[in-house]
Amino acid sequence: MDKKLETIVQALQGNFSTTFEEFRGEVHVFVKAENIVDALTLLRDKYDFELLSAMTASDYWPQQSPRFHVIYQLTSLAKNLSVQLRVPLNGDQPRIPTATRVYEVANWRERELLDMFGIEPEGHPDPRRILMPEGTEGYPLRRDFPLGYEEPQFTFNYEEIDLQKPYAKE
Amino acid sequence: MAQIEEVSIDQFKHLVSERALTGETMLLNMGPQHPSTHGVLRLLLELDGETIVNAIPDIGYLHTGIEKNMEAKTYLKAEVMSDRLDYMNTIGNNLAYCMAVEKLVDLDVPERAQSIRVILTELQRIASHLVWVGTFGLDLAAMSMFLYAFREREAILDILELCSGQRMMTTYLRPGGLWRDVPVEFETAVRDFIKMFPKRIDEYEALLTKNPLFLDRLLGIGKLDAATALQYGVTGPTLRASGVNWDLRKARPYCGYEQYDFNIPVRTEGDTYARYIVRIEEFRESLKIVEQALNRLPLGPVQSDNRKFVPPPRSEIGVSMEALIHHFKLWTEGFPAPKASVYSAVESPRGELGVYLEGDGSAKPRRVHWRTPSFDNLAVLPKIVKGHLVADLIAILASIDIVLGDIDR
Repeated sequence: MDKKLETIVQALQGNFSTTFEEFRGEVHVFVKAENIVDALTLLRDKYDFELLSAMTASDYWPQQSPRFHVIYQLTSLAKNLSVQLRVPLNGDQPRIPTATRVYEVANWRERELLDMFGIEPEGHPDPRRILMPEGTEGYPLRRDFPLGYEEPQFTFNYEEIDLQKPYAKE
Repeated sequence: MAQIEEVSIDQFKHLVSERALTGETMLLNMGPQHPSTHGVLRLLLELDGETIVNAIPDIGYLHTGIEKNMEAKTYLKAEVMSDRLDYMNTIGNNLAYCMAVEKLVDLDVPERAQSIRVILTELQRIASHLVWVGTFGLDLAAMSMFLYAFREREAILDILELCSGQRMMTTYLRPGGLWRDVPVEFETAVRDFIKMFPKRIDEYEALLTKNPLFLDRLLGIGKLDAATALQYGVTGPTLRASGVNWDLRKARPYCGYEQYDFNIPVRTEGDTYARYIVRIEEFRESLKIVEQALNRLPLGPVQSDNRKFVPPPRSEIGVSMEALIHHFKLWTEGFPAPKASVYSAVESPRGELGVYLEGDGSAKPRRVHWRTPSFDNLAVLPKIVKGHLVADLIAILASIDIVLGDIDR
């Protein structure tokens, strides 16, 4: 691991008792949900991580605890470093404190998590769906959400399927 | 599945000012069908006369579920979807995806393939900026600009067609190298382009850069300072026009970008005109890279010979039992990737294009996430249009160069 990155990981370990793993030169630090805002603030203010490059989640269904990992990919322009924070969340009512007060970019990214995974950002200024239309049921990027193939119409089931088609009928 | 709901002002109450509720200011829809939104973007504008009080972008009209679909396909088949994201930058998307797969499974790429990747990515960057400068001119009533820009873009699309057989949805770059080597006509075609294009850039500049009508519409409009830009995750030319020298090609070189001599254009004004100048300068820098890469294009294979991930050539299949087995395995079930995740980013014409790729030990990814630059660049729009006129909104929106396929994924 890079020397500069090592001090940062140690600082996170000291303050929030985190664990970390390394893969192909990337450092992934596991942070608890209640500490994430403090950890992001520490990284931004003390270690120059100005940019929250990416924010997303991954679903480990059918595993329930933790079911989700929320992922924060941080970049420091001044030091040219990257670090990834991961927050494990349980499957029942996943919630995460909002990071919008630390990084404005988290605003839309958290709306996307709410929309796609049903991970609720607590204290978010505008918690609406972002990509899917209002009234959508379910969360499309969860692993237990079906891909939604259309059943092919044959002579024996033509009318039955036709009834469910969304276009206007006479 | 989705029920159509009646939209009421209550849903937007916290986003508009109080004057909108009393009817003092007007709420106006712009888009989703509007020529100046560059796709299907809807903006809900709160207007005080001609002045914008608030702008609320509404996205998702082009949401195609690419991330979800990629999870259901093998690593090789999923690549076809990457072209469809940012349809102005297909080679760049292929590159971002291939680099993520290569990082995940630890696959090498031969040098010739790296150089050709650089040439094509830079040509694609020029093509993307050409569409941008054309539509930018069109939005500001310089219609001839659009025609000139598309004329030159045609030459680049012809080069892509020469290599891959497709003008736009190329899927030419593959994990481990390229689909196949470039044809013999490739070098002459690129050299012709390098010879022709600098004069054309001068023509564009003669048409626009010092045009007083153009300057009136751009100077001091849509100012974005560096701190705000970083807070909102803005990257690419839009960030560099605000005075931040950050380009992944220089900061974290990939594909051998460290061998080439080029500059990163940076402006400090942060207004719409600065964003225009940065992109015009990037034309010249990209051209420099293409020329250098072409001059030192090494000979050799264009695909890795790691047969666990890259299918063997046709000539081997007839004579080698192992080649036949690998061919069969790769095309029926694909290759497995480790149970781990990587994040790999490249500099697209719009900014940092990142791919988060997570394998689960099988031949299909568990999660593919695209960190698309247009998504974050658009999020800053409401901040910078406040207090400007509706006509300026058109210029600002055009100057941040969004592609809706890139935003909605």
